[in-house]
Amino acid sequence: MLKRLEPVPAGGADKEDEGLEFDFEGTRISAAPGDTVAAALMLAGIRTTRSTPASGASRAPYCLMGSCFECLMEIDGVPNRQACMVAVRPGMVVRRQAGAARLALTGGPEGGL
Amino acid sequence: MKQYQLAVIGAGPAGMAAATEASRQGLSVIVLDEQAQPGGQIYRAIEQASPQRLAVLGADYAKGSALAAGFRASGADYLPSTLLWNAERKDGHFLLDLSTGAGSRRISASRLLVATGAVERPVPVPGWTLPGVTTAGALQILLKAHGGVAQSAVLAGAGPLLLLLAQQMIAAGVAPRAVVEIGPANRLRRALPFLPRALAGWRYLVKGAGMLRALRQAGVAWYQGASGFWIEGSGEATAVHFEIAGEAHRIECSQVALHMGVVPNPQLTRMLRCEHDWHPTQQAFVPRTDVFFETSEAGVFVAGDGAGIGGAASAVLRGQLVALRIAALEGVRGAEARIPAIRRRLKRDAAVRPFLEALYAPAEEVLNPTDTTLVCRCEEVTAGAIRQAVAGGAPGPNQLKAFLRCGMGPCQGRTCGPAVTALVARTRGVSEAEAGYFRVRPPLKPLPLSELADIAED
Repeated sequence: MLKRLEPVPAGGADKEDEGLEFDFEGTRISAAPGDTVAAALMLAGIRTTRSTPASGASRAPYCLMGSCFECLMEIDGVPNRQACMVAVRPGMVVRRQAGAARLALTGGPEGGL
Repeated sequence: MKQYQLAVIGAGPAGMAAATEASRQGLSVIVLDEQAQPGGQIYRAIEQASPQRLAVLGADYAKGSALAAGFRASGADYLPSTLLWNAERKDGHFLLDLSTGAGSRRISASRLLVATGAVERPVPVPGWTLPGVTTAGALQILLKAHGGVAQSAVLAGAGPLLLLLAQQMIAAGVAPRAVVEIGPANRLRRALPFLPRALAGWRYLVKGAGMLRALRQAGVAWYQGASGFWIEGSGEATAVHFEIAGEAHRIECSQVALHMGVVPNPQLTRMLRCEHDWHPTQQAFVPRTDVFFETSEAGVFVAGDGAGIGGAASAVLRGQLVALRIAALEGVRGAEARIPAIRRRLKRDAAVRPFLEALYAPAEEVLNPTDTTLVCRCEEVTAGAIRQAVAGGAPGPNQLKAFLRCGMGPCQGRTCGPAVTALVARTRGVSEAEAGYFRVRPPLKPLPLSELADIAED
């Protein structure tokens, strides 16, 4: 299992300062400044982040440097994002990617199709 | 469209050093990097490192602080979180297409420096796709950038990074459960002939001895000469298995870090159609360059580990050398005066390499995996399927794409490329040079179509 050497800084009582929390399939995940989505999930104990299109096997981040594409996830409705290359922002909504990505009907600057 | 004399791709040690030196020589320089902060992977998150983290990661990592500070102060333009996805020549310039996350844009540069470093060699062993298995580099990134460590981890493979990671984990207070060296038991004996020359690089040998001492003092089990390595688990990794001298071992663990050395990141030099040569002792393709690190494509230079594995100190020196050379080509008088001194330092720094290359040669079992082992992780293509396709007439990696979709998944062959070359060479009984490598085409990474439709020229 993975653990943090230093605790995640907690959000303040002030509503403006909620810390770096995001939603992962209904669970609130706390992140530290500088965390990528992949790192925050791994350090929160999430073991799998997608299933493959070919066989449906479970996968998880492998290289954490943008090379292997194992960490593809759906982030704020956009599929196929490299979770290890995306910095956590408060309130993000992150989902595992099951098999082949669904077409992003709402992605892109023009709101998609 | 903005025009630069030099565009540097990658803000690791080579890129930062080159940009700093080129700016000092008065050139207009832009640095593009996919990460949000400078440092590359070796100095990842160096600007955020706390004193405690620096103590865990060691003195060599801390050297990145001054390099990054010098780069920040250099005056070079710097675009972090930016992907170069295409480059083409037009009227003696390079047109570069950049994806910045908020759409694509185009810039122009007279010369390019590819400073995209190294990637880890794939380690195709049974079970390597299970959750809980990462590269050794990934565990080190968790430590450097996120202060994360793995409890109950087995580090397996071969190479200095494996031992360095073990030492850093020990310093962080979470020692690995075991270090398992895969490959021949007589690694040291094979490397001994190269030791006398390596003594000129004694600092590296002292560092290596320090790693082994840390392992011993922490009581970490260190297995050498392992073969038949595989990872057990249904749904996620739960144990590793291997044999040493006929004796079977099983170690329970929840995390496995694999490593079998690093190779030059080929993506950009391949996309730019640079010639590459097979380097037999590095067991990797290396871009062909002249003595100034200019590739076969005029105006395209390569520095750092991308020009052949040499480590961070050599990366800095190569970056400086390229910057001085380009300054001279741009007409800066006297720019080349320092190059001979840099060459002498490069030679001294490289003295240890033949020893390390012999000591940590990749294990044959990851170059020639068993039939049921997955080689292409994205498309889930096994070694057996590749052997069969080669027997059925696919002469090289590019034909395997058509036969099997091998190398055609989202990673575009980044992960399996070196493994596919090795396997084709062994199956056909030809050299790696003849087996060849995947052809790399733009876009360098997958892009949303909305980006292509919306290229801004500035």
